[in-house]
Amino acid sequence: MKVLVPVKRVVDYNVKVRVKSDQTGVDLANVKMSMNPFCEIAVEEAVRLKEKGVATEVVAVSIGPVQAQETIRTALAMGADRGILIQTDEDLEPLAVAKLLAAVIGEEAPGIVVMGKQAIDGDNNAVGQMLAALLDWPQATFASKIEIAGDKAEVTREVDGGLQTLSVDLPAVVTADLRLNEPRYASLPNIMKAKKKPIDVKAPGDYGVDTAPRLKVLKVVEPPKRQGGAKVESAAELVSKLKNEAGVL
Amino acid sequence: MALDLETRNQLIETVRRFVTERLRPIEAQVAENDAVPDEIVAEMRELGLFGLTIPTEYGGLGLNMEEEVLVGIELGGASPAFRSAFGTNVGIGSQGLVMFGTDAQKEKYLAGIASGEIITSFALTEPEAGSDSAAVQTRAIRDGDVYVLNGAKRYITNANKAGLFTVMARSNPDIKGGGGVSALLVPRDLPGITIGKPEKKMGQQGAHICDVTFDNVRVPVENRLGAEGEGFKVAMQVLDRGRLHIASVCVGVAERLLRDCVAYAAERKQFGQPIANFQLVQGMIADCKTEALAAKALVMDAARQRDAGVNVTLEAAAAKYYASEMVGRVADRAVQIFGGAGYVADYGIERLYRDVRIFRIYEGTSQIQQVIIARETMKRGG
Repeated sequence: MKVLVPVKRVVDYNVKVRVKSDQTGVDLANVKMSMNPFCEIAVEEAVRLKEKGVATEVVAVSIGPVQAQETIRTALAMGADRGILIQTDEDLEPLAVAKLLAAVIGEEAPGIVVMGKQAIDGDNNAVGQMLAALLDWPQATFASKIEIAGDKAEVTREVDGGLQTLSVDLPAVVTADLRLNEPRYASLPNIMKAKKKPIDVKAPGDYGVDTAPRLKVLKVVEPPKRQGGAKVESAAELVSKLKNEAGVL
Repeated sequence: MALDLETRNQLIETVRRFVTERLRPIEAQVAENDAVPDEIVAEMRELGLFGLTIPTEYGGLGLNMEEEVLVGIELGGASPAFRSAFGTNVGIGSQGLVMFGTDAQKEKYLAGIASGEIITSFALTEPEAGSDSAAVQTRAIRDGDVYVLNGAKRYITNANKAGLFTVMARSNPDIKGGGGVSALLVPRDLPGITIGKPEKKMGQQGAHICDVTFDNVRVPVENRLGAEGEGFKVAMQVLDRGRLHIASVCVGVAERLLRDCVAYAAERKQFGQPIANFQLVQGMIADCKTEALAAKALVMDAARQRDAGVNVTLEAAAAKYYASEMVGRVADRAVQIFGGAGYVADYGIERLYRDVRIFRIYEGTSQIQQVIIARETMKRGG
């Protein structure tokens, strides 16, 4: 079975992001970029499926600028077999990404798509769901465990107040939550070998889908600065403050 | 062959992440238990750290000197004791074999060294032979197809874990000095080898050094590295490369101490403001930074020259001398910037202060480096 893993290049999770002064977005100049952590978990899961003998091939797909090749290389170093880069400098919306991925899946015909539940830059949490809808495939989101048996996948999901276990027919789209696994460090020899693995470079135009934006960003602002706390003398004063100053009671 | 920039960056980044996420958080535990946990050693093996300098055809990474020192700088981000776990395989324990080994010798050992299955040790120092390394008294007397090895080695790093020793021994007692010394590959399982208890040290708990004694150990002649009487040459070339590695680790530790100092000075308040605002503290930070930059420039330049095929005996000695002295001064100022907290164990600063002291002593003391630097400088006429 072939596993397809979409991976996204995002601002590294250790970076404290700054908003551009013209409020059009986040400043990306000279900022460290890495693979989205949820995508890393998805790659790890795909590689483990291959190591267990369930999967035969792992294909990593990224949509982004030329530097997104580095993100694909990271996936290859972790154990993916080959990569596909759909190169674009535009910041595509989830629907456009889902359409492009659906077109790639049409060509590649994987047995399962494992992907991060969301990217830590846009926090949309949308591509996996949209992709399943476009393909008319079952979806199992927020996976904390994936077991594959025959043509079905049993997926444990982290939901409010507990765990839910779904059985989905394959092919399906599964999105990875934080506790699905702990991704490995790519070994240094594998980083060197990853250079020899193939990456196909494509353009959005190759797939003939409409990637025009549907949304317009009005402005991006920093969250308000946290105010310092205050001490109260009594419970009565606390209630009064919550009622009159905070307006939460 | 040098790596392309993208691969090199990814390699360095991976080492940095490993050091930050896996090693640094357990530094205090390693010092307390005087041991690097087995699972961490296993992770180091999986990552490929034991094979940094072993040629790729034997499963190593075959890093060139510039790449090796860049990795060394990253490794300085966590207690030097961690590096010691694989340090001998990267440096003095393996390089004699890499440089002088026959194909058969390499075939037999290098893959195991690269994977970390075999830990290696370099056995040169003796009770009576330290800086005067040509004065070794351990004897390897030829008896047919074997050398009969007798003598004692001292302060041998990783001896308690080693599966293979590179031993410097006098094969010709009639020749005093370096010319009578041969280098032998001695597997741990030969009868007659005794390993002493790990010494109690000032710092770098978790890294071990022990005495090794050889009592009529019969070492096959085919285990000799290089020609008979070439042992001293093997030792000197091995140490030459190791100097740049040690220097790079010194730079890494200095950079880490600087990060710690800057973070602490920004947070610690006195007289109603962060101590980073005070110019006397800033002066110490500026001195640390300047010296760390100078040492890094020296190390990088020497490493690049070595990769270009230039003889860097002088530059490597200068880099090791300057970087090891530099990190001693940086660690001293770090204790000062941290004040009382720098003297208390919880902050880890006093631990690094003790850890870095050995850099001025092992693999050639500062005084030996000075002698080399002066000799080479006079040879070059200035």
